[in-house]
Amino acid sequence: MSELPYFTAEHQQVRDLVRDFAESEIKPVARELDLQSKFPWENVRKMGELGLLGSTWSVELGGAGMDYISYIIIVEELARVDASHSITCSAHTTLGTSPIVQFGNEEQQQRYVPLLASGKVLGGFGLTEPGAGSDAGGTETFAEDKGDHFLINGSKIFITHAGVGEIFVITARTERKPAKRTGGISSFIVTKDTTDLAEAEAVGVGHDPDLVKTPGVTAGKKEDKMGWRASDTRELVLEDAVVPKENVLGEPGKGFINFLKTLDSGRIGVGAIALGLAQGALEESLKYTSDRKQFGRTIASFQNTQFALADMATEIEAARHLVYHAAWLYQNGKPHTTAAAMAKLYASEACMRATTKAVQLHGGYGYTTEYPVERMMRDAKVNEIGEGTSEIQRLVIARDLLKDYAVA
Amino acid sequence: MKIGVCIKRVPDTETRIKIGADGKSIDESGVKFVLNPFDEYAVEEALKLKEQAGGEVVVVCLGTEASQETIRTALAMGADSGVLLKASAVPLDPLVVARALAAELEQGAFDMILFGKLAIDDYGQAVGTMVAELLGLPSVSAITRLEVTDNTATAQREVEGALEVVEFSLPAVVTAEKGLNEPRYPALRGIMLAKKKPLEIKEVDLDQGGMEVVELTLPPERKAGRIVGEGPDAVPALVDALRNEAKVV
Repeated sequence: MSELPYFTAEHQQVRDLVRDFAESEIKPVARELDLQSKFPWENVRKMGELGLLGSTWSVELGGAGMDYISYIIIVEELARVDASHSITCSAHTTLGTSPIVQFGNEEQQQRYVPLLASGKVLGGFGLTEPGAGSDAGGTETFAEDKGDHFLINGSKIFITHAGVGEIFVITARTERKPAKRTGGISSFIVTKDTTDLAEAEAVGVGHDPDLVKTPGVTAGKKEDKMGWRASDTRELVLEDAVVPKENVLGEPGKGFINFLKTLDSGRIGVGAIALGLAQGALEESLKYTSDRKQFGRTIASFQNTQFALADMATEIEAARHLVYHAAWLYQNGKPHTTAAAMAKLYASEACMRATTKAVQLHGGYGYTTEYPVERMMRDAKVNEIGEGTSEIQRLVIARDLLKDYAVA
Repeated sequence: MKIGVCIKRVPDTETRIKIGADGKSIDESGVKFVLNPFDEYAVEEALKLKEQAGGEVVVVCLGTEASQETIRTALAMGADSGVLLKASAVPLDPLVVARALAAELEQGAFDMILFGKLAIDDYGQAVGTMVAELLGLPSVSAITRLEVTDNTATAQREVEGALEVVEFSLPAVVTAEKGLNEPRYPALRGIMLAKKKPLEIKEVDLDQGGMEVVELTLPPERKAGRIVGEGPDAVPALVDALRNEAKVV
């Protein structure tokens, strides 16, 4: 593990804890959960008990009161063993909970954050729609003002935890024809019952019967994904959803600006998933190539293998610096949009290269589910897509580069 | 109930040990150090006793400056305070270590003192019982179960082919065997709380005692195995190899 100026002794303790937890509790079940595309309820309960699902929120709101870098360490270390567990933690934290902590009023914070921070229920974030992904201005979900409530109709797709979760922040238009294309979008808190009631009751987390549910909010069909197969991704359907006015999150009409802020920190989180995953693939490759013999010697003794390992390690180290630098900027309240985009772009592409190389180094075995690298390679791809594709990251970076130039 | 737990900082079990240039010590560069796994059982048992009967848990560690991290781990698990007996090095002679620990523990008025049954670095398995002897306290080593009621306790230890149940009065010293409990992880909130818990550092001046490391060597590398055949047909060849080659049957 490299020494970075951002890390304290306490960060090392957090890393040790999560690594130990991931090795003992996640590693033995990761393959099976992936094969069966099964949500890790048992480990969600354990992660909640350890405080991993509310690491950065204040103790008053039920969190552990840690800093943002600690959170990034948690996400990285979970992904080192299994990306599905990592996205479960990070989507719940940055997407599901942080908008309420950041933009919610006192009452909204008190009502929802303790439930989320303890991991008692899972949260998610609904932005993407069939006609609006990277182009958030295309949002079509509409919230009609009915005086004392809003009536919301629309559909959100590829929503992490749409099935298993109970608390969601979603975006919807509150003006039919806003002056600006990205204007007139507001954020709302909506709730629903988990789709996994039996599992939730069996493990004791995932469902709160006392939480008032929003009529008209349901989960659609579960996506059958290439990777992140143990994480829950579904459509979130809003059909005549009756949302009380008190559930408007933040200033009405500021939804677009708010979720851009949420996505900024979400990108650092995805960068951390990619970093952990790549590191895991490197370690698997070191183990395998120094054990596997061909032509009477370990394959790690061949220069070709060494070059591949050295390239992987160098790119991972570069990604690590970008991710933790962006996290440090975010933690210290400094501008971080470009740094977050660079960290996510580089880490996710380096992760794709590293996991692909890891499979190659494992040869035929790497192509089977006997070794974790094939899962890692499948888990890597979505890091280049989710929370802003690589192409969108490049646009964000270029926009910043060109801001002082007239580009017509 | 005042409970003391003595802990040690040791190389992680998964560390690949390299021998230092002097041939008498391990090369510590790049080595990860952890709370001795058997001491984790002792800390966990102390926390369970506290949860049951109330009181406080004090961890005592003899070690170098770096052992503060190890104490913080125990504090993050839930211990209340820590004492570091700071030495320039930890002597190999268990009696020197035991004397230093006993001198500290003597002042604490502890009802129960727990140790791991051994430290995984030197496998000495001596310090706990030596401390009991120095303090004139009853001691039960390598326990797999502990029950305390008021001023008496019952402990269980695994002996060859049987279980031994020992009753004793408090104060006492016990050493923990694997299986005693399932140590908890230090939760995030525990890590945060640990930062604010008292950790006292006391300098101790130790002699090397009666033991000296003359040389450290790695165990010989295991030779590759040989497959003599498959199925029942291979049994005679296997028996022959075990009897005449390996000479173990």
